[in-house]
Amino acid sequence: MKAIAANTRKNAKILSGISFLILITLWCILTYGGFVTPIFVPSPSAVFGKISEGIRDGSLLRNCWASTRRVMVGWLLSAVIALPCGMFMARSKRFTAVLQPVIEFVRYLPVVALVPLTILYLGIGETQKYTVIWLGTFFQLVLMVCDTVSSVDKNMLNAARTLGANKWQVYKEVIFPASLPGLLDDFRLTIGWAWTYLVVAEMVAASEGLGYIILKSQRFLATDVIFMGLILIGLIGLLTDFLLRLLSKILVPWYKRLGD
Amino acid sequence: MEKLRVEHLSKIFPSAAGDVLAVKDVSFSVEEGEFVVIVGTSGCGKTSLLNMIGGLEPATEGRITVAGKEVTGPGEDRGMVFQGYSLFPWLTVQKNVEFGLKMRGIPPQVRAETAGKFIELVGLKGFENSLPDQLSGGMKQRTAIARTLANSPEILLMDEPFGALDAQTRIVMQELLASVVQETGSTVLFITHDIDEAILLGTRIIVMSRRPGTIRKIVPVSLSCARDHTALTSPEFLAIKKEIMDLLWKEQTL
Ligand SMILES: Nc1ncnc2c1ncn2[C@@H]1O[C@H](COP(=O)(O)OP(=O)(O)O)[C@@H](O)[C@H]1O
Ligand SMILES: [Mg+2]
Repeated sequence: MKAIAANTRKNAKILSGISFLILITLWCILTYGGFVTPIFVPSPSAVFGKISEGIRDGSLLRNCWASTRRVMVGWLLSAVIALPCGMFMARSKRFTAVLQPVIEFVRYLPVVALVPLTILYLGIGETQKYTVIWLGTFFQLVLMVCDTVSSVDKNMLNAARTLGANKWQVYKEVIFPASLPGLLDDFRLTIGWAWTYLVVAEMVAASEGLGYIILKSQRFLATDVIFMGLILIGLIGLLTDFLLRLLSKILVPWYKRLGD
Repeated sequence: MEKLRVEHLSKIFPSAAGDVLAVKDVSFSVEEGEFVVIVGTSGCGKTSLLNMIGGLEPATEGRITVAGKEVTGPGEDRGMVFQGYSLFPWLTVQKNVEFGLKMRGIPPQVRAETAGKFIELVGLKGFENSLPDQLSGGMKQRTAIARTLANSPEILLMDEPFGALDAQTRIVMQELLASVVQETGSTVLFITHDIDEAILLGTRIIVMSRRPGTIRKIVPVSLSCARDHTALTSPEFLAIKKEIMDLLWKEQTL
């Protein structure tokens, strides 16, 4: 049984590898075969040239770090506030009545359209950039947390209460651990979204960052740099995802997913 | 000593399609050491009744007292066992059984000892470190029973606890529960729609009518033979079974 499971997992890894290989092969054929002009799609060697140049002069690491820091701070602010808000919303009708309409309203506002206001209120420093990321993720995350917490088995809560747990203990000892697997999934999804707001966050008065270099390259049609930025964002995303899945395995080893 | 007293208890569920009267004017009491079983057809209000006693649902009318204290909400004096086990899947058997003690601030060492005692009592020794997911249905319900008993409640409230088990496992569990209750001297209020189960386990059987649930009759059970699966075919057993079936059946043809 174990051997079969290990085998399936290995096969899945091989399949993932193959799908990446196909993508890269297509890229090579299109560019080296001369099917598209370099200004539309630069060749792999051009892009990796830019990457190695960035590694050598240190700008690559600096840009990656600037963006990662913005995404992490903005997103962490979301998570820290969304977690208690979502939990209380799931358990209290009154709290929901107060928060829900506001959240549902703001959730539909395009973040790009809010950028002028963030500059007006917060200036053009780092706080403004964190706020853009926060705006993009917080309102979605609250509702996701609320949903996840609401779906905790009610019988489990009843069992805890009849075993003598008080309100606070029910939160700490039952609701939180029971919803942790779902919460980690919510976190994984919203970190992804946080990265998609990066370019918006670095639109104004940034001097470094992956979103910033992509925007800057747009003016010079430096497609190779744009590709580099995209590839780096994708790779950081993959790494984050991997780390969060690892965290899931460590924090909630009892949790069995369909297909595990 | 009287452990539970229920007086003129009623429950109405308000709904858009009209109010549902689930329980109507139910009164009874349970003495210390008694094993009282409530039987009734599905949907007659058994769960509503037990949830009110457990403090999980407010009563629309009436009064409930447990060991002299009026019930206003859930509390550790009433231990509940549900059909769906309701174990905490992230805790081992040991930690599940310790849960109530931990909530009440009992020191870890006492907790571990007490839990160990009840784990052994329900026959789960050796499975202390298993997670609920690794257990069979019967073993899950053993864990749930140990978890509730470890909290030493005044009365044990059980809502069709064996309803989800296969027939063989159910008989094993009935015999286990009977012996555990005898060992601990627990007072039990047990709900089922299975008449055999009711007679095997109960010292008194409360027969409920269809919705709205009211008490039809309270039938005392005194079997001279052993209360195990061999009793199922004894004449005394069959006589009581006929009486209860008549009570439940007569109504259906009305
Ligand atoms: N929360 C509720 N809201 C509305 N009606 C309910 C609710 N719970 C139970 N009922 C109704 O009350 C009746 C009794 O239900 P229940 O106590 O679960 O019966 P039993 O446990 O005997 O099967 C049923 O008709 C059911 O539909
Ligand atoms: Mg029921």
